[in-house]
Amino acid sequence: MAIKLYGILRSPPALRAMAALFEKDLDFEFVPVDFATREQKTPQFLALNPFGEVPVFEDGDFKLFESRAITKYVAEAYADKGTDMVLKDPEKLAIQTMWMEVEGQKFDPTSSKLGWELYFKQMFGLTDEAVVARAGDKGGQKLEDVLDVYEQRLTESKYLGGDSFTLADLHHLPYLHILIGMKVKSLFDARPHVNAWASDILSRPAWVKVVSMSPK
Amino acid sequence: MATPPVKVYGPPLSTAVSRVLVCLLEKDVPFQLVPVNMAKMEHKKPDYIKMQPFGQVPAFQDDDITLFESRAICRYIAEKYPNKGTAGLFGTNPLVKASIDQWLEAESQSFNPPSSVLTFQLVFAPLMKLKQDEALIKQNEAKLEKVLDVYENRLGSSRYLAGDEFTLADLSHLPNTQFLVEKTDKAELFTSRKNVGRWWSEISTRPAWKKVVEMQNA
Repeated sequence: MAIKLYGILRSPPALRAMAALFEKDLDFEFVPVDFATREQKTPQFLALNPFGEVPVFEDGDFKLFESRAITKYVAEAYADKGTDMVLKDPEKLAIQTMWMEVEGQKFDPTSSKLGWELYFKQMFGLTDEAVVARAGDKGGQKLEDVLDVYEQRLTESKYLGGDSFTLADLHHLPYLHILIGMKVKSLFDARPHVNAWASDILSRPAWVKVVSMSPK
Repeated sequence: MATPPVKVYGPPLSTAVSRVLVCLLEKDVPFQLVPVNMAKMEHKKPDYIKMQPFGQVPAFQDDDITLFESRAICRYIAEKYPNKGTAGLFGTNPLVKASIDQWLEAESQSFNPPSSVLTFQLVFAPLMKLKQDEALIKQNEAKLEKVLDVYENRLGSSRYLAGDEFTLADLSHLPNTQFLVEKTDKAELFTSRKNVGRWWSEISTRPAWKKVVEMQNA
């Protein structure tokens, strides 16, 4: 198969890339990387991504790492297929790009840290109720600030990047999914526009397909 | 001469502001630098928040558009003026552009976090009379070393990060590296690595960046 995505099904960045591939109705082969044997640090894998991280994308001879570079490439290279995820007007695209940076620079650091503490620590049996609760409270505060900005933005704009669903929204899906399921759900309930937006994008068929593939 | 339509709000010493300034200078795009009095919390006041809802610098205006997030602003400038100043900052074809995006994301996700912490701890904290966190410094130095090892390897077979030409991916590294090399005792993280040292020497001596450093020292 021409398109390959290397990753693991519990990696939020890998799921981010996968969501984009499904939105574009693209056929691809998912190639699992064996983290148990540290396959991601072998010379063969480092030749694909020198940082030893997933996902890695291959389209024929063309290789790419960094999930947000992969989604952009896919959205632009396959502009005529599936969902449009990159706005065409240059000024509208600039606004979309700005909100994509907000996800990468603001939403991701706080949500991934919180997500790690709440979700992955539970999964690996490191649960300590008190620790999790404390981490949630600590992480929750910064997330509140980001979501306040989102709440305001979403009163003025149907989606984060503009009037239609774009990569600016898609990039949030993996951690949004984790956070909605956790005790921080209350943060979203308190912000009606953010809550409506989150429900909307999490129910997209492409994302539902990603979730059906990933382990619980 | 008419006032340039492009306005950048914020002090040149801010790493994010300087990222935008160097991009405008590389592209020969005239601009007006508008001071923001951060000591007087001007960046947290309603008029400023209207432009930048997180209350940070820079904010950017061009004709009717207002933007924030320095890397989004750089992409906008590079795309709006592809033939002005330094060409190819954001690539001339989709595959090159994807490669630039890849290394720009690497800067943003892997290089920026540890180098920002080190810059704050080693340069700004002392200026603000804040106590330095030694454990945090050690932890982030180790993280940065791992990233620079990747760069050392990459720059052994590629003149610049994304290929043979200077692009936004390289440009984005200028602000934090300038501080670490010139204002801390961590310069050797960069200079002891042969290829990284060569790359730093090339990108930091570009006229546009030298002009930004002058603005920072003014």
